[in-house]
Amino acid sequence: LAFLFASTLCLWLIYPSIFIYGHRASGKSHVLHILMKELELPHAAVSCVECVSAALLYERVLTSFFGRSAASFLPRSPSLSEFVRLYRHQRSQSPAEQTRYIVMEKAELLRDADANLLPALLRLQELVDDNITVILLSEIVWEKFRPNTGCFEPLLLHFPDYSKGSLQQILSTDSHPSYSAELYSSYINILLGVFYSVCRDLRELRHLAALNFNKFCEPLTEGKVKETETHKLWRNIEPHLKKAMQTVYIREVSSLQWEQMQQTEDEGGALRGLSAHTHVELPYYSKFLLIAAYLASYNPARTDKRFFVKHHGKIRKTNFLKKNEKTSNHLLGPKPFALDRLLAIFYSVVDSRVAPTASIFSQISSLVTLQLLTQISHTDQLDAPKYKCSISLDFISAVSRTVNFDIVKYLYDFL
Amino acid sequence: TCVHSFFQGCFVFKPSSKKRKTRSLGETCVNPKSKNITWIYVLLEVLQEELNKKILDSLLDFAKKCSTTRQHCDWASKMRANEIPTAALVLGVNVPDHDMTFQSLFDLLKHSVTPHVVSVQAKECGVLKHLLKRVLEGLMDVAVDDDDEEEMEQNPRSVHCSLSTLSDWYTAKTKVTATPGKKRNVQDEDEHHHHHQTPPVVIIFKDLEGFNPRVLQDFISICSRYIDRLPLMFIFGIATSPSTVQHMLPHSVSSLLCIELFQSLSCTQHLATVIDKLILTAQFPFKLNGKVMQVLISIFLYHDFSVRNFIKGLQLALLEHFHSQPLSILCCKKKEALLNVTLLSGRDLETVRQLPSFIRFVEKQEAGEQVKLMTDDDHLKEACQKLIKDLRKYHKSYYPVLRCLHTLTSLLPRYPLGKQIRELHLICLEKNVWENEDYQSAMKLLKMLAKDELITSLRKCSEILSSAKSKKMKKAFTELDELLAKFKHLDGKLEKINDIPSLTLCYKKIERLSPCRCHLPPPESQTLYEVCYYSSSATVRRHLNATPRTSIQTALSSPCFYLQNESLKNEDGTVSNSAPDICIAYKLHLECGRLINLYDWLEAYATVVSAAEGQDPDCDTFGKVDDVKHARFIRSVSELEFLGFIKSTRQKTDHVARLTWGGC
Repeated sequence: LAFLFASTLCLWLIYPSIFIYGHRASGKSHVLHILMKELELPHAAVSCVECVSAALLYERVLTSFFGRSAASFLPRSPSLSEFVRLYRHQRSQSPAEQTRYIVMEKAELLRDADANLLPALLRLQELVDDNITVILLSEIVWEKFRPNTGCFEPLLLHFPDYSKGSLQQILSTDSHPSYSAELYSSYINILLGVFYSVCRDLRELRHLAALNFNKFCEPLTEGKVKETETHKLWRNIEPHLKKAMQTVYIREVSSLQWEQMQQTEDEGGALRGLSAHTHVELPYYSKFLLIAAYLASYNPARTDKRFFVKHHGKIRKTNFLKKNEKTSNHLLGPKPFALDRLLAIFYSVVDSRVAPTASIFSQISSLVTLQLLTQISHTDQLDAPKYKCSISLDFISAVSRTVNFDIVKYLYDFL
Repeated sequence: TCVHSFFQGCFVFKPSSKKRKTRSLGETCVNPKSKNITWIYVLLEVLQEELNKKILDSLLDFAKKCSTTRQHCDWASKMRANEIPTAALVLGVNVPDHDMTFQSLFDLLKHSVTPHVVSVQAKECGVLKHLLKRVLEGLMDVAVDDDDEEEMEQNPRSVHCSLSTLSDWYTAKTKVTATPGKKRNVQDEDEHHHHHQTPPVVIIFKDLEGFNPRVLQDFISICSRYIDRLPLMFIFGIATSPSTVQHMLPHSVSSLLCIELFQSLSCTQHLATVIDKLILTAQFPFKLNGKVMQVLISIFLYHDFSVRNFIKGLQLALLEHFHSQPLSILCCKKKEALLNVTLLSGRDLETVRQLPSFIRFVEKQEAGEQVKLMTDDDHLKEACQKLIKDLRKYHKSYYPVLRCLHTLTSLLPRYPLGKQIRELHLICLEKNVWENEDYQSAMKLLKMLAKDELITSLRKCSEILSSAKSKKMKKAFTELDELLAKFKHLDGKLEKINDIPSLTLCYKKIERLSPCRCHLPPPESQTLYEVCYYSSSATVRRHLNATPRTSIQTALSSPCFYLQNESLKNEDGTVSNSAPDICIAYKLHLECGRLINLYDWLEAYATVVSAAEGQDPDCDTFGKVDDVKHARFIRSVSELEFLGFIKSTRQKTDHVARLTWGGC
């Protein structure tokens, strides 16, 4: 399969830049890697995630083409023109016999880099005056890349998703050494039957295949079933795979735990997934501070009087509202509020008298560290800091239940 | 002079003989104090280790397992090899407390699993580059030999911030360590093959919540590219809940990790252990009274959930006790205490005689004995020795009985005497527990308890009593055993004759238990309790629960409180004219309304300052604003603005707005 692409690709490889896109795990980098290796082409493989600065990128390229010594000529934070100059210099010393290639994975990150980097890379051939091709790999289509200023159009190449058949073919290649290839391939068939509708990512599928294969083979090792009785094997594994879909696939349970679970077998749901632990224990006043923050974030400031002043009188909701406030505040998301307002609500919400001690204030900042509140204003701004409450209604109702506070009664949206 | 001023507090009443006394007390006082303090520290360390032991051990196992499974070349682990093993460590919301845990984890890992450990904090790693830099620095600095380090300094370009540098370094490193000359750990020798070839590289993320999700995602995806060359392992420190991991990382990234969850003890359990080991024990002579306990516990529950702060509070109380109570020399182990009694000087004995609990004790004695106690020093010493012994006996029986009562009441519905033993302890410290209404209802409920439950809890009680050492407790233990035997004996009959005999038996049992009650009077009723009990809750509160605003206001309205300058004091409590500028400005601003006219304020200020300078009120220049006064005024106004009392307003240009209410 890979070589099919390879042979066609070969013909275009003299083009200054090539843009290859396709979904995750559709074999882009694998094909290129194999290609470069098989044909022994001089190339530099760079992942853009890794290159936190352009300097790193330049260094990688120079190192892989001309060796470490060339890269050491780069100044501390090199500009593009310095890179080009150095490249030209090196090229004249060691002229290319073949086309050189720069393979850049995760090229979508280049869009966030300096504005001139992407256009320059696309026509690097001209700039350095060398026989060089830049190959960009991405999961995003080229249309999203094109800079405003316009640039050299690279050769576009699309890697389509694998079909079910090819997935089966590829997955079957890494069969278990102690079992026959046919058995493994039939196992893959079953696996794809369950997972193909939700997941077409080759890597994930391979991972799942590896995790569940032992379970699949269990009846075989126990001697109950022969290798040929695929139907029986299917009956055995299918519920298991469905369960895997609900747990391992979404990483509720790690693969290691999943394996342990298979060994113990009688877990009975004893292993709870990650998201099952949502309860957070908080000090008493922190809970009230959080409640106050939630109220401040989701109630319009003008309604505070209605909720927290004793003799507020009845205010009709309809008259009281401005037009834009009629939409649910919960749909609009949390609004920022000042520290003063938070404390005012806090003091009226909490049932006992609380001295404004340092620990109350430090609790606010520790709530910020826990990411339950977010500070809107810059941390340097000491005067009147502003916060936002970043927790869900479920969370806050769970918290307020523990302190016997009926939060719904105080929320404007639920009036 | 330090010691001198430090003991001033103890001898406010008799300043004349201060110097001589101070020396003699200073010598005796330091000894038990330092002993006690070192003792508590050792205990705390042991405790801390014990508490974290379980979770740290499991983490270590995890790390070891990860490093060994990498060596296996079987099919399944090869297929899974691109996952980074990750431990999600949930530690509770008090982030400052985590440092200690991470430190010990760090040391343990370093000692027994791998030399390559680094821990990173969110605030150091705002962007990916910094994170990488921190990781590289942490790993390579620690493990790289001296000559390598120099090389790095000479050639800074070689330490480019990328994981490929790290992986190169790692390959070189493992090659070196594989040679027998450079073994790192003696412990690893037996597992030489496993560990020395590829010890894992552990990266600890101390506060996962604080990290920028983007940075973390990128970092993880970079790491996963190197996992075949670099056996990485992550430890995430999580303060809130494990679902944070899912909130922060998308599926494409979390699929690169193999996360295992480790939940540490909740902080309330942690506190319970600390209280159990430090406070509910007769071993440790220093005690807290009810109010101080209450302050410490409420700070914990209401404010910070920090066991470390609780312990700090305890230490503070300990120090304060030894500072302020001269009789605290008697607060130590039995033998030393008895010895110290004989060393008491006349002055100390006088203090003993003035103790309220001692006065109560004396009043109960016969007239002759009273006189003797008040006049004869030797007799008093003997009495003191006896009283100290009594106090110790009281403690020895108090705690086991308290535990028994707790085991009995903790299974009752709605927990009339509290769910936690500390609540019961607080009740007992307050007043006679058997006079408490809740106690009555608890006893009623106890009588209605099912037989099986009663028996199991009685068994637990007998276990507790069996470990107690005092005679009284031994007696109670045998009684309880007899009771249990009777229960067993009656077991057969009971099924036939319904519940009537069992009920009567229960009553009997309760009656039996009631003598236990006499072991639970509050400590205040004990003579000489002042020796061991620290009672100044206000001090503890003031020290631990700071109120910045109140202190600022105190400082501004009565500067003499902090400056301790007598000349600043006015009879009527107002600020004198000679107070610091800011105090005068503050005082004047209190007299204004919401908006303050700056010029009026300045005039008033100039008048006050002129008076302070002793200018003649009839003089022409009196109250005139000169440059110096103007500058001083501006400075104090801006200081007030900085402290948040006023702010500039756009309503009127020459006015400032007050931000506080009240005043004259």
